[in-house]
Amino acid sequence: MAERHLRQYPSRPKTVYLYGTCLIDLLQPEAGLDALKLLEREGIEVCFAEQQTCCGQPAYTSGYDDEAREVARLQMQAMAEEWPVVILSGSCGGMMHHHYPKLFAGLPEEEQARRFAERIFEFSEFLVHVLDYQREDKGEPETVAVHTSCSARREMNVHTTGWALIDGLSHVTRVVHSHEFECCGFGGSFCVRYPDISGAMVNDKVKAITETGANRLISADYGCLMNINGALEYQGEALKGEHLASYLWGRTGGDSCE
Amino acid sequence: MNDFRERVDRDLNNPLLRSNFREAMNFLMDKRSSRFPDDEQLQSLRDLGASIRKRALSKLPDLLEQLEARLRDNGIRVHWAESPEQANQIVLDIARHHGAKTVIKGKSMVSEETELNEFLEQEGVTPIESDMGEYILQLAEDKPSHIVMPAIHKTRQEIAHLFEDNLAGCEYTEDVDALILAARKELRKAFHSADIGLTGVNFMVAETGTLVLVENEGNGRMSTTVPNVHIAMTGLEKVIESLDDLPPLLTLLTNSATGQPITTYVNMISSPRQQGEDGPEEVHLILLDNGRTIPYADKEMRQTLQCIRCAACMNHCPVYTRLGGHAYGTTYPGPIGSILSPHLLGLEETKDLPSASTLCGACSEVCPVRIPIPDLLRRLRHEGVRKLKSGEEAVIRGHGAKYTHTEKAAWLSWSKLYSSPALYRTFALSATLFRGLTPSRMKGWTDHRTLPRPAKKSLHSLVKSYRKQNGASL
Repeated sequence: MAERHLRQYPSRPKTVYLYGTCLIDLLQPEAGLDALKLLEREGIEVCFAEQQTCCGQPAYTSGYDDEAREVARLQMQAMAEEWPVVILSGSCGGMMHHHYPKLFAGLPEEEQARRFAERIFEFSEFLVHVLDYQREDKGEPETVAVHTSCSARREMNVHTTGWALIDGLSHVTRVVHSHEFECCGFGGSFCVRYPDISGAMVNDKVKAITETGANRLISADYGCLMNINGALEYQGEALKGEHLASYLWGRTGGDSCE
Repeated sequence: MNDFRERVDRDLNNPLLRSNFREAMNFLMDKRSSRFPDDEQLQSLRDLGASIRKRALSKLPDLLEQLEARLRDNGIRVHWAESPEQANQIVLDIARHHGAKTVIKGKSMVSEETELNEFLEQEGVTPIESDMGEYILQLAEDKPSHIVMPAIHKTRQEIAHLFEDNLAGCEYTEDVDALILAARKELRKAFHSADIGLTGVNFMVAETGTLVLVENEGNGRMSTTVPNVHIAMTGLEKVIESLDDLPPLLTLLTNSATGQPITTYVNMISSPRQQGEDGPEEVHLILLDNGRTIPYADKEMRQTLQCIRCAACMNHCPVYTRLGGHAYGTTYPGPIGSILSPHLLGLEETKDLPSASTLCGACSEVCPVRIPIPDLLRRLRHEGVRKLKSGEEAVIRGHGAKYTHTEKAAWLSWSKLYSSPALYRTFALSATLFRGLTPSRMKGWTDHRTLPRPAKKSLHSLVKSYRKQNGASL
């Protein structure tokens, strides 16, 4: 799981692929466009491969390897140039970075999958380690709670880069919530297979977050946000989690894409 | 076992149980992390632990042979049991041979696995648990809910009532020391009158023929030294190569389990009583297979057997913390249980366990011997829903137990949709166009959350419009 050896990062590329993820594509597309504009503002050419769909993780974690492979193949074909792939989710990043090489082990695409995996960077990881992202915070003072997905934390080891980006906003105070390291209970198909266990987990998460009194909730994973936001709204809470890309874009002078 | 969902319902809705486990797991997590302040040191210790266990497993047949030879040289009798029934029968045969009426027991999860107590009682031999947690459970006719702290689900008040009702002269008190003292008085008598002491084993050293047993209460020391016969019972995977391998594993075990640098007692048993010494005249070791050789045969699943039973995975598991151990319905609960039980009991009996996890990885992050538990859970899910190719042999009993045509068909359609850009475009377009038709309820999800509605336009089409307006490239 968690990578022990620090990853080697490439120097600033001319062009990157932006991988929106299937959830952002249909449910929170603004976050994708905000990320695209933010990367362009940093002087990076962004290719949004039109053929991209889903990383295949839902089938993979459910045990359907053949079905996951079909979907994974398309993503590798859709992003075949040797450019870095910037992914708006630690979870999909973990799938492509860690699990693609295993999924194709012993198959003709093994080498392709391994090379593809090396080009995979989670959004906050890319901003911090490759772009050395620094922008002036133009927003009002506020406190922010952060939720890091388990894959971002334990597979991609990028919880620290998410924090670093928030901490880089000079008017923002980041608050830590109780059991912040703990899963929100989403778990892909887990939340529909075991809705009550998942419900118990997300209710605890919501309680811990709201107890901080933070004005905002930020996460770099829309899967967790969909889960946590759904529970927040269900409980009548005004707080609504936002994707890190939109938050950064908004705080640093970016226009809203609505 | 198959009423997993019912037990989940029962235990999730028990607020006392929920708060007991949350508090206990918080306590154990804090204890552990306070013992590992330096992450780099911890990681290299875990590397060492993993490599010791991997090396031992890579030569398991040879090490077991060597172990047996050394133990025999040392005067310890070795018995092999393929099944729980065989293991229990071996215990009974030894008991009968000595005309034993009572067996005093140190903590042994393997004896829970074989349901030894129930078996002995039926055969007229009385087992008496001497580990405080197990003693409480025996009085309460209950089962362990945790492999290190078996009675962790019991409150102090429940134990006080239990002792008041069952121990002669014990009055109701919530003073923990007084409760322990009351039980110890009873146990002291039992140690002296028992005919046999039976314990588990933490590590078996092949090089020297030594059985290693860690504990905090001294009951293990008593069980292995006071009665005339000592029977040790364990899984055959617990063997390690040499004494040099022991210190790092002990450090990992006790710090991961209870946040202790070392346990109060570390028992190292290498022979029966020597001349002029005290101790049992006979020492037996029962080595149980019970399905362990099944994961052994598969390189990936073999890693399951690296486990040293510290329970850190359950202490850190968000699902175990919400459910407690009984809901799993198996001897070994929590993450390690969900990857081990399918081999011991078959997937038919345990098919719901591998999917009862978010694969969050909290377990493998703390595992002292680096078992990739989420990978193994996923592998078991895969084996559960896969049909064997012709001529292929199953790697687990109950292979394919979770396969249904409906689910297979659903994933096939899913795969077609997401591997075809044209199909996906149509799907995304209709999902966004007809977003008003999105149902407001979805089974399970909307019991605790509102359902999100698709956006007006997908990211694909937002990017297209943006590119059109800005005339940008790519």
